[in-house]
Amino acid sequence: MTGSPAKLEITTAPFLHRGLSTSRLMGEVLLSLIPVILTAAYYFGVTALLLVLASSAGAVLTEWTFRGTGRGLATLMDGSALLTGSLLALTLPPATPLWMAFVGGVFGVALGKTIWGGLGQNLFNPALVGRAFLQAAFPTVITTWTAPRGGFFALAPSTLAWPLARSSTDVVTVATPLGLAKFESQTTDLAPLLLGNVAGSLGETAGLVLLVCGLWLGLRRVFDWRLPVATLLTVALASAALHALDPARYPGATFMLLSGGLLFATVFMVTDPVTTPITLRGAWLFGIGVGLLVILIRLWGGLPEGVMYAILLMNAVTPLINRVTQPRRFGG
Amino acid sequence: MISLARASSFRHGIHPKDQKDATSRLPIERMPFVGEYVLPLSQHAGKPARPVVAAGDRVRRGQLVAEPDGFISSALHAPVTGTVQGIELRPHPNGQRMPAIVISIDPFSSQRVESDIVRPNESMSPGEVAALVQRAGLVGLGGAAFPSHVKLMVPEGKRVRFVILNGCECEPYLTCDHRTMVERPREVVRGLRLIMKQVGAERGYVGIEMNKPDAIAALREEIAADGDIEVIPLEVKYPQGAEKMLIDAVFHREVPSGKLPIDIEILVQNVGTATALADLFDEGRPLIERVVTVAGPGVRRPANLLVPVGTPLEAVLERCGGLLPDIHEVILGGPMMGFAQKRLDVPTLKGITGILAFTSHVSLIEEQPCIRCGRCLEACPVFLNPSRLAVLTRNEDVTGLGAYNVLDCFECASCSYVCPSHIPLVQLMRVGKAIVRKKAVSA
Repeated sequence: MTGSPAKLEITTAPFLHRGLSTSRLMGEVLLSLIPVILTAAYYFGVTALLLVLASSAGAVLTEWTFRGTGRGLATLMDGSALLTGSLLALTLPPATPLWMAFVGGVFGVALGKTIWGGLGQNLFNPALVGRAFLQAAFPTVITTWTAPRGGFFALAPSTLAWPLARSSTDVVTVATPLGLAKFESQTTDLAPLLLGNVAGSLGETAGLVLLVCGLWLGLRRVFDWRLPVATLLTVALASAALHALDPARYPGATFMLLSGGLLFATVFMVTDPVTTPITLRGAWLFGIGVGLLVILIRLWGGLPEGVMYAILLMNAVTPLINRVTQPRRFGG
Repeated sequence: MISLARASSFRHGIHPKDQKDATSRLPIERMPFVGEYVLPLSQHAGKPARPVVAAGDRVRRGQLVAEPDGFISSALHAPVTGTVQGIELRPHPNGQRMPAIVISIDPFSSQRVESDIVRPNESMSPGEVAALVQRAGLVGLGGAAFPSHVKLMVPEGKRVRFVILNGCECEPYLTCDHRTMVERPREVVRGLRLIMKQVGAERGYVGIEMNKPDAIAALREEIAADGDIEVIPLEVKYPQGAEKMLIDAVFHREVPSGKLPIDIEILVQNVGTATALADLFDEGRPLIERVVTVAGPGVRRPANLLVPVGTPLEAVLERCGGLLPDIHEVILGGPMMGFAQKRLDVPTLKGITGILAFTSHVSLIEEQPCIRCGRCLEACPVFLNPSRLAVLTRNEDVTGLGAYNVLDCFECASCSYVCPSHIPLVQLMRVGKAIVRKKAVSA
């Protein structure tokens, strides 16, 4: 007998699968965040780790609270909430109070994801929704920067501040490279920008680490490479052209690429599949749009940095981009 | 060494592991005769054949037992010398019970092929040849089993300039075409020449993926200095064996949506079909057997077998050492587009390229929400948006399905293969196509 026919299953083709899963994709991104988090801890001390924990706790608890009926642990196992929390923390200034990071995580997942219908349904990047919420609610804290290398266990007084308490203002504030360029026309050297020894949000300062993480994710095909390539190319070309026109007024391409949150956001947020176009041509458009908006806000806007708003604005037009960039018909 | 840079291909598609090593070097073996053969009257595209024998009739191997019923139909011949047991409803690989001619073997017969068919020859008119090809039961051996004579009759007002023989065999595991090209290059080229002459083509091509260097070499040697036939090495990529993809790969031309290759003056035939045509012309042999790849992780002794049409699946599997105990699925055809079987007493048909046994099933993994990663768009060889089409199907949005060209989908399943959320995309596309067709009928 050649095996009992009664045991044979009937399913439909295909009977092979590439073996990818959403949780594995999220896992790869989380894995690539580890060097970023460690670099943040190196420059900004234990605060970095605490902020990641606080924000992730807010995100994961919210995801769990609003899980659909019948969806048990599955909603957490895909890793997307943990990823949102970690990404949000890494966009925060080092002296952000922990409770604010927690609240950011809560609002990021609640307003950025679950009210849209959960994973895959949201229009805006949840981590950036959380950050935009914090920036609107606490504009001072979110733009107060402290210098790196203040000692590993040194906590800023604001870090452990009670919720809604007026945070003490006795932190030593410094300006970010973009702030220096915009408001004081000072340039920052290439080496600190690459290595991360500058003021800024937790995850954004070390250009070299971010480039390596981005390359790793791109080569492993975790994200669509067109998105980051389009973004960075646009920023590079536009700023190089402007710099050539008026070098005194407009910083060069290298500075524009390596300063602020551009690299971090390009590697980890411009590449978010859910909130970016699904079509191949749409991916190019999205990246170009983000690049142009970043240049526009940084050089002519009121803020020194505009990556967050650039991405959120492009998120908003993503359905439109999808509609106008549907693939042409084969043989059509 | 063939240079990789020169390999041509279509756009998009996927790169599953080809899994062909288990059988690609094994010579084709002849499947021994068994006691009973079941010939479903419907085993080709079009109308079922009409039986011309009755219970109790003695039939010789190769004798006509059912004749074509109309133009899109084909004939059936006795795969063995024996006795017709009857015309009965028997389990068919399509899952239903279908009328079939059941023949029991005469154990004392020599089993020489003694066909009563008329051999076509090259001095006949195309119409005469086509009629004899139909009468010999030739159908496309690449899987679809479309009656071959239909393609050999160029309709009024059309013409064929190029013939492509399809030697891609892009489905993983399958190696029956590969072995045919390696072992019978003379008949493959002979068949191609016959097709070219029949349709009046100027040039012939054989498209072969680069994972079959021995087949490429064998055919190139056979063709030698012939100026009008060329072997085209192709990148290893699924679904290159799909007619429209193969034409894109060889000529970089797209068959217009909703049209046939003949509309751009091209004809595609499978290499096995060409071989069968050569056998018909040179040996007078009707289509009574075909090469079947038996493979997959659940098969003890994978092989390529020359199997008489109508042999029960379980006999073929037994010949290959039987199935492993933890078997979950038995598939007819390739793993990307084949069909799972519930029972093993169904017969092998003319269109069955492979019998595969799997010990696990990927299609039962729980579906996750779509994260709009776009991998399905990058995989789809006809540039569809499966992610969107899946939503439109679930909403039964007939207008949307039409606007997003769901009918262009030929169900290659590349989208399902790459989807990280394990969404049953190709299954939803099938439903979507059915919704649109139903609407078209009722409108």
